[in-house]
Parts: sequence; structure tokens; C-alpha cells
Amino acid sequence: MSEELYKQMAQSIIDGDSDLSVELAKKAIEINMHPLEAITKGFVVGVNYIGDQFGLGEAFLPELVMAGEAMKAAVATLEPELMKLGEARETLGRVVLATVEGDIHEIGKTLVGTMLSASGFEVTDLGVDQPAEKIIGKALEIDAQIIGMSALLTTTMVRQREVIEELDKEGLRPRIKVMVGGAPITRDWFQKIKADGYSEDAVGAVKVAKELVGKADS
Amino acid sequence: MRPKLTLLSDEIIARVFEEAYELLLCPGIKVQNPEARELLAAAGAKIYPDTEVVGIPAALVHKALESVPREFYLYDYDGNPAIHYGGDSVHFDPGSSGIAMLNPETLEHDTTETEHLIRLLKVAEQLPQYDAQSTAVICHDVPKEIQDSYRLYLVLLHSKKPIVTGAFTNKTVQEMIDMLALFAGGKEAAREKPRAIFDVCPAPPLIWSNFGAGNLIALARAGIPAEIVSVPLSGAAAPVTMLGTVTQHTAECLAGITIHQLAKAGSPIVWGGAAAIFDMRKGATPMGAVETAMLDCSYAQVAKTLGMPTHTYLGATDSKLVDAQAGLESGITAMVGALSGINMISGSGMLDFLACHSAEKLVLDAEGIAMAKRMVKGVQQHTDTLATGFYDEKINFKGGDFLKQKITMQLFREEQHLPSSVIDRDSTRAWKAAGSLDAFGRAKLRVKELLASYSRPEIDPDKLSRLHAFTLDLAKKAGLEELPRLEDYQPA
Repeated sequence: MSEELYKQMAQSIIDGDSDLSVELAKKAIEINMHPLEAITKGFVVGVNYIGDQFGLGEAFLPELVMAGEAMKAAVATLEPELMKLGEARETLGRVVLATVEGDIHEIGKTLVGTMLSASGFEVTDLGVDQPAEKIIGKALEIDAQIIGMSALLTTTMVRQREVIEELDKEGLRPRIKVMVGGAPITRDWFQKIKADGYSEDAVGAVKVAKELVGKADS
Repeated sequence: MRPKLTLLSDEIIARVFEEAYELLLCPGIKVQNPEARELLAAAGAKIYPDTEVVGIPAALVHKALESVPREFYLYDYDGNPAIHYGGDSVHFDPGSSGIAMLNPETLEHDTTETEHLIRLLKVAEQLPQYDAQSTAVICHDVPKEIQDSYRLYLVLLHSKKPIVTGAFTNKTVQEMIDMLALFAGGKEAAREKPRAIFDVCPAPPLIWSNFGAGNLIALARAGIPAEIVSVPLSGAAAPVTMLGTVTQHTAECLAGITIHQLAKAGSPIVWGGAAAIFDMRKGATPMGAVETAMLDCSYAQVAKTLGMPTHTYLGATDSKLVDAQAGLESGITAMVGALSGINMISGSGMLDFLACHSAEKLVLDAEGIAMAKRMVKGVQQHTDTLATGFYDEKINFKGGDFLKQKITMQLFREEQHLPSSVIDRDSTRAWKAAGSLDAFGRAKLRVKELLASYSRPEIDPDKLSRLHAFTLDLAKKAGLEELPRLEDYQPA
């Protein structure tokens, strides 16, 4: 019975079907399935599958995003139950995301946010055009382990360095780790500005974030 | 809103016919096949005995045009109608009858043998852009007498797709028709659901050779579709002007259809060709020239005024390598062919004036074909409102808003062609990480993948063994005791 339900849960994520994933989450509650079991044995399997398929070039961005959305919806349905049980889904870490000051591009960053939260991170997305002090302020406020910064322009990517320098000045690293991304960001740049992690795409970003919080997939 | 390319006005097309009918009478058509001349004479054509020239009156042609089918289908192995000859349907198949194949490692043009044809078949079988297989290259490891039928044997063994083929003699066309009948389960079945179409070539200017006309007659009587491949060469074997060339092409096609319908009224035949200009510097026949594509678009337009099914040779290149010239000539001409609504466009995979084939080019051309087919599909309206329906309460004025919409997931594959790995859309970093490959390098990898993933389709083993016995018998008569050993099929 459970096995069948787990399979349906995974499939609802693969199909990016939020209505169905919510319905299956409710069904899990009805039959007293432990919400964490539903997440880890059911829904997460689907997210991982679609992430792998995306990496292979077999799945596409809309499918990845819809899977992330369906995951979020299912988790949101299960969370009140977890609270009742006095347990919270173990969060992998808290992340503040932002596009740096002077830059208004955010499709990639939003994708990273979707994938991070689908994978179990608690994500606070500040949006675009965010100055260093706001990004750092929010990270301190929520006690984030990771700041993720995006920049699409070669003229704005220098802002990533400013945030890192500011963090260093305040002695906030390595307490807060910094991930950078965006079209012009190269490994060279990532090393030059001494960031802690960088990735080519949203699926890779999840892997990097897990490593940064010491919870890499074994 | 399907896009369509036309180059000729109605007035000009009317004059093309007018002058083509004049050409049929004067100078007339040289018909070198005695039976074809007899058929024409019996129907009232004027025969000039010492020259083999026949004056074909318009009334005879009109009668043929009354009986000739305006559409028909080719069927796959399972009996499904897979190719529609008629209207503005557009299909592609790899070019036919190459004599060499590009060796992707040495870049030499190797003389083709069995293994080369099989590589091409395996690649084309797995690419949905190719609606049909072709008997793509000649296998020089078997005797000349069976080279045409042996190619068909290999295609029937390795593919389920319809087949564009052709015979080299009046004897072998019959053998190949028999092969198809044997495979279809009888002559009637082969006619009911034809699997293959045969290219038949007149010789420019205005000649139907003994072999060409003989093939037309045999195919008409068997009810197996024929495809006229008229090859006027502007400035050498046809008038230098495009309109002159198209008019000669029209006369050659009308003469062919007349002979064909006299042999058996109602049999299917296609208005096709491989027209080209004649290169005045090199004396070559460039298949990648824009004028070649313009000739094809024009004669297709002429055919369509009669409602005839159409064929042409485009999507090929004159380059010797799979390089930038190959890409631009093949891509541009495939697009012109598709926009002209030509039912079967042959030539993909081919280099060097149709002499040399390349599996790597086949996978690249498949992307050009996909682009051409996407273009022909046109800009479609998928939703009741064009845009307003997309802006619901969930819109937060963010760039990624539309990625989160269900309809995006439902429609993106309809709206966008999703290219294979031969098309590079990586970031520079990812491209470097993958080896900094150019299109040819990526195509080589893709060919290797396709060769590895191929498995021979399931085909009735009884049919296969009868086909094998039939072909072996032909081989023995030609002095070959054993057919070349095949990796994917071992006869019982």
C-alpha cells in the first residue's frame, strides 16, 4: 500500500502536478503515514529523478520548475502535520538568495531557489537589485548558513566580490558560506573572489549547497 | 498560417505549359525504348523512325493527366501509411546511390561496401526527421548485376521505414519488384500498400532512355510507385535560363507520365527531379547552389498547378567535408524545399555533388530538417486569448513567472524544436568542459551513440529467410557464392 503511494507521489512530482501532489500529501495524512516518510520516500524521489534527467538533457526547464513547485506544494501540505507531531522536517540549511545591486535578472536565481527548497533548504529570496548590506543583514537576521548571489552582467558581477569583502571585514566567514552563479560567472572568477561555491545550473547548485553545509549526498 | 514559397506567377506557369507542349511536338521526345514507342504510336503519337524521336500531341498528355493519381501513400513494414505523396506534405529521406562515404577519422572518401550502407541505415532508422530510408550507397563488394537489388535487400533487413530506391536496369527493376512482393505477401499486397518508390530518370535534354522508359513501364504495370527524377542542367543540358530549364523539365515529366499511364492507367507516379545549374567555372552540377533550389521550387509550383505529387533533390552539399559550406548549403536548400511544399526531399547526408555520403552529415542534416519542418508548421494559435490568459493572479512581474505555468510545460515542445546534442547551446564553460567540439566533432559522437543504440527491428523471420534465399539466388547467378556476412542478421 505505502509502496504504491510512494510511487504515485514521486510520479506526481515528475509530472509537475501540484494538484495531485497536494492530494497525495493529504492522503498520506489520512492514512497516518509519517509526513517525513512521505517526503523522503515519496516526493523527494521524484525531485531527484527529474534533476537527474535534467542533467542528462532529457528533461527541460519547465519540467524542472513544475516539479519544484509540486514539491513545495506537497511539503506545505505536510508541514502543519509535522508541527503537530512536534517535529520539523530537518532543514538542510537556511539560504539567502539575491541578484546583486544594479542587476535585475533573476530567472536563474529563482530556479536555484525552487530547486534548493524542493531539496530541503529553507530559502529566503530577496529578489533583484539587492545591495550588500541588505543581503548580509537578512543573512544575519535568519542566521543563514549560505548566501547565494546571482549576476547576469559582467558589469554587475563585481558586486559579488563586494559582498564577500564585506563579510570578511565583519569576520562573518566561514560562518556564512557564499555561492555565486550567473551567465558570466566562471570557475576563475569564483576562485578569484574567493567564494565558497559556484555552479553552472540549478541542479548543480543543490549539490554545491549540500556540500557547503556538510550534508553532501553520499 | 502555413508559410509557402512560390517563385512563379500564374501567367508564367501558363506559358511554361504552353511551351512544354510545343517541345513535346517539336523537337519531340527521344524515346529509346521500343515498347514505349509502340505504346505512344498506338495512342496516336507521331514516330520519326530513324531517330527514335516521338512527337507527343497534347491530347495524349491530357488523357494521361486524367488518369494519373493526385495522391497516394507509402507504407511502413507494419502496414501503416507513413508517407503522403500529395498536397503540400513535406518528407525527407537520405540521398540515394552514393559511391563513397566520408571516413570520419581519415576524412577520406572511402569506396562504399555493405558495412557503409548498414551504418547509414542504422543512423537514419533512429532519426524521426527521416520519413523514409533510401538505398543510400552502392555496395561495391557485390557484383554489378545485383548491386541495386542487394541494396534493397539490406534496407528490408534493417528497417521498417518506407524506402526510396531505384533500379539500374530493366532486368533488375523486375527483380526488385519481386522482392517487394515477396516481402509484402504477394504482388497484390505490394500494390495495395506500397513500401517503396522507384526513382526513374529521363536524360536531358528531352530523352527517355531505353532503361528509363522500360522502368516506367514495368513499375506502372506492377502498380509500384515511380518517381521521375528529371535532371536538366541549366546552361549545358538545358537552356541557361531558369524558365527555359523549368519548361524542359515540364516536357520531360509530361512525356514520362504519358508513357507511364499508357502502360497502366491509374498507377502512381511523382513529378520530381534533381535539376541543377551548370557551374561555368568547374563544369560541375552544384546541388548546393541557390539557383538549384530555385529551379526545384519553380518546377514544384508547376506540378502543383496540376495537383501532382512532388519530389526533389535538396539538402545536399558540394563540399567534400562536413563543414560550414555543408551546413549552409544543406540547411538553406532543405528550408527552400520544405517551404515549397515538396512531398519528398532527397539528398540529406550527401557531399560532393551527390557522390559521397556521410553518417555524420545525416545527423546534422536532421537538425536542419527539423528546423525546416518547424518553419513549415508555421506560427500557430494554441490558446483562446493570445496573451491575456497567461497573466493570472500568480504573476509577480518576475522573469521566471511563465516557467511556473502548467501551460508552459504542456506547450513548449509544440512551440519549440528541441535539438539533439549536435546543436551547441551550451555556455562557453560547459562547451569547453565537453571538449570544445565543433559540429562535426559532436556529430561523430552522436553517430557513435546511434550505432550503439540500434537494434534490428522485429521482422517476420520467415519473410527474412525467403528474402535471403531470393537474394542469394540472384548473387549465385552473378557468380557470388555467399552474400557478405552481416552483423545483425545471420540466415538460418
